[in-house]
Amino acid sequence: MRKRSVLPGFGLTLGITVCYVSLVVLLPVSAMVARSTSGGLSGFWAAALSPRALASYRLTLTASLVAASVNAVFGLIVAWVLARYRFPLRRVADALVDLPFALPTAVAGIALTTLYAPTGWIGKPLAAIGIKVAYTPIGITVALTFIGLPFVVRTLQPVIGALDADVEEAAASLGARPWQTFLRVVAPAIIPAWLTGFTLAFARALGEYGSVVFIAGNMPMRTEIAPLLVMTRLEQYDYSGATAIAVLMLGASFVMLLAVNGLQSWSARRSA
Amino acid sequence: MGNSSMRRTRMRSGPAGRIVRIALTATALLFLFGFVVLPLVAVFAQALSRGVQAWGAAVTDPAALAAVRLTLLTCALAVPLNCIFGIAAAWAVTRFEFRGKNLLVSVIDLPFAISPVVVGMMLISLYGLHGLVGPAMEARGLRVIFALPGVVLATVFVTMPFVARELIPLMEACGHEEEECARLLGAGGWQIFRRVTLPSIKWALLYGVILANARAMGEFGAVSVVSGHIRGVTNTVPLHVEVLYDEFNFQAAFSVASILALLAVGTLAAKSFVSWYSRQRGGNPEDGEIA
Amino acid sequence: MSIECKGIRKTFGDFVAVNDVSLQVGNGELVALLGPSGSGKTTLLRIIAGLDSADQGQVLFDGEDAAARDLGARGVGFVFQHYALFRHMSVFENIAFGMRVRPRSIRPSERQIRDRVSSLLSLVHLSPLADRLPSELSGGQRQRVALARALAVEPKVLLLDEPFGALDANVRQELRRWLRDLHDQLNVTSVLVTHDQQEALEVADRVVVMNRGKVEQVGTPDQVCDNPATPFVMSFIGSVNVFRGRVERGRAHLGPLTVPYPEHPGAQPEPAAGYVRPHELDVERHGSNDGIWATVKRIKRMGAVVRLELVHGGDVLEVETTRERYDALRPAPGDQLYVRLRTLRVFVGAS
Repeated sequence: MRKRSVLPGFGLTLGITVCYVSLVVLLPVSAMVARSTSGGLSGFWAAALSPRALASYRLTLTASLVAASVNAVFGLIVAWVLARYRFPLRRVADALVDLPFALPTAVAGIALTTLYAPTGWIGKPLAAIGIKVAYTPIGITVALTFIGLPFVVRTLQPVIGALDADVEEAAASLGARPWQTFLRVVAPAIIPAWLTGFTLAFARALGEYGSVVFIAGNMPMRTEIAPLLVMTRLEQYDYSGATAIAVLMLGASFVMLLAVNGLQSWSARRSA
Repeated sequence: MGNSSMRRTRMRSGPAGRIVRIALTATALLFLFGFVVLPLVAVFAQALSRGVQAWGAAVTDPAALAAVRLTLLTCALAVPLNCIFGIAAAWAVTRFEFRGKNLLVSVIDLPFAISPVVVGMMLISLYGLHGLVGPAMEARGLRVIFALPGVVLATVFVTMPFVARELIPLMEACGHEEEECARLLGAGGWQIFRRVTLPSIKWALLYGVILANARAMGEFGAVSVVSGHIRGVTNTVPLHVEVLYDEFNFQAAFSVASILALLAVGTLAAKSFVSWYSRQRGGNPEDGEIA
Repeated sequence: MSIECKGIRKTFGDFVAVNDVSLQVGNGELVALLGPSGSGKTTLLRIIAGLDSADQGQVLFDGEDAAARDLGARGVGFVFQHYALFRHMSVFENIAFGMRVRPRSIRPSERQIRDRVSSLLSLVHLSPLADRLPSELSGGQRQRVALARALAVEPKVLLLDEPFGALDANVRQELRRWLRDLHDQLNVTSVLVTHDQQEALEVADRVVVMNRGKVEQVGTPDQVCDNPATPFVMSFIGSVNVFRGRVERGRAHLGPLTVPYPEHPGAQPEPAAGYVRPHELDVERHGSNDGIWATVKRIKRMGAVVRLELVHGGDVLEVETTRERYDALRPAPGDQLYVRLRTLRVFVGAS
């Protein structure tokens, strides 16, 4: 079963790890899955696929996709600039990229809502030209963009940093124009990491709650994301309804985890 | 790093290159400013909108202080537990070969992938009044959901991978020759860990603890599901912010939020310092791997 | 302490790393395990150390099963190719480690530790560097620290895994000589793993040549050099010219050569190959009937010796001759020279 190693502690550390993981993660996961089917499969599907639930999935998927795409574009630029250029305050900018990780999501949520509300610093000028952000799907997308940014930047940054500038110079010396160098030399090298970052940001957005709940407005069928619907069902003591949606979201998480693992091993093979 | 920055100065010296470079830098900074700096500034601006005194009153309100106490208590339980787990997991995974190892590593990563709200739902399915073991525990007077244990369990769940995730790649990269050597020189298991392993992973460990702590203090979704928002009893600081905000007490909400924001800025500073300092010292925790 | 390996076998999945190896190392001897990478020499060394366990077979220390003893109590000093120094400890603390981790009852006093470390530091010529961190040392210095650390616990057996493999050629040369001196001084039973034949031949009392998990030959450096037991040893140690062909009816037909081979009188032909080292060939201007004519292609003067590359048919012949002989002949590329073999070793069997 295990390759014999001379180092001690195999039983102890593996025992702690397996027990801990089982108690903290596996037990609750199985409890929820077990609970979700206790009311029968038809009840499960009725709750998981109700019109209101379907609307929330559609909204969650669309907003997450748009947010991840925005991050893919701007995250690439930020990562490129941070990895390649030297400018004043670079260290500060670099540290700030992690703020969405470090800032509690509830704080981010109320801050974004205040900024984008019709009376806010950004919301007011936008309202003047007829764009409403807070309490609309746009607001949800803004919040999801905020929390997804570090995933793209932090996945791309080391890859761009490790790109050999010599290769670009070689391309340039062979007569390639800068954009040709980018498309033919740089892009192929960073695409796996780019997709990984995009997928990570997308996966995070699918399950995000804290930063969205304040700015979303939470109107059923219109601005109600899936995690919020779980919360609403719970507050209505509709446990089976909440569990059904949660199990579906859990399934989506597994799929995303598989996708990320696949992308990362592809990425690792590429850079090897 | 050093010589690549020298190479960089050689590159893109043409005028067109310079324009691209300035345009890209400006775009990146503008994006960061709009999406990251502005929300942060907004928190402090709102917090101090009615002066320092109002801010002081909001953060020293008994309910706020109770929330701070609960948050600190939760962190004091969750972070050390996950720290011990992270070390044990990293040791088991990087020092031995066994069947199911890849599966175990994936399970360790799982909490990062699951929505906080779903985490809360899981705990309710298990420990809630309609849960699998909840009624039995309630009968023995042990309440988990809508009580402190639920808050701690939710926090432990969402912060579980942080330390392990920092240690595993580092210990993998270090290899185990030093430890084998210590073993041959007669050191026992605890001596090997204390004298050989721990000194070489201490920076990554600290890094992981900082990240886990930041997440533990700020966790909202999962805690929100299981806490029941009982003011002064199960309200953590982020939940207290929500309560105040929902009561339209914006200034107080932002005042309490500003403490969390300061903590976040402090976390970023500590994180940058640790990764800078440990790079100076030759150890290198994975930079920015929070995922 | 003497070491005896009995029928050691070790597999990793489908790969047989060590295949039924038996071996004896006498007390105070320095034995080199020599072979290409993948030959199983490092695996064998790690099994002797107890770092890996054999699937089959036994390791005996002084006739006693080593597996019965705890790893830390085996009395094995191990030196890793990449040093494995404790990176956060000073040179001094690295060397003192083995003494500091002993149980309190048998731990030397601080003073004894200090004395022992300083005498070891002077033994490895590193006294001024006691307070440095490993990262502040050169590769050669690090390996000397690793050796001192292994010696600090007074091992009964010293095992060295490619100790100079990661070092520059000139440092390697110097450390090699120093290691031999050290061994003569301390006389601790030692096993050295190396892929460098020069290193093995120069340092060891006996050489064990390994290939694909098996022992090809065990012998003194002279025996291994002058009487290679197998074609593998022949070609692994030093350069060699090969003539392929067959043996039948008491004769060997090897490329352009035909020599008597009474060991195989039968009519059934067997594949065979003849091996001759470059310095075992003579070149002359005039032919006779026991050699072959070949054309000079390239001439390399290397100090006291001269290497000639000659072509015969499609085959390249390497000849090593003295400077004097070269000066007497003065060959130029394109010249025809007559090559005579002073000896030829014939091995029968497909290689």
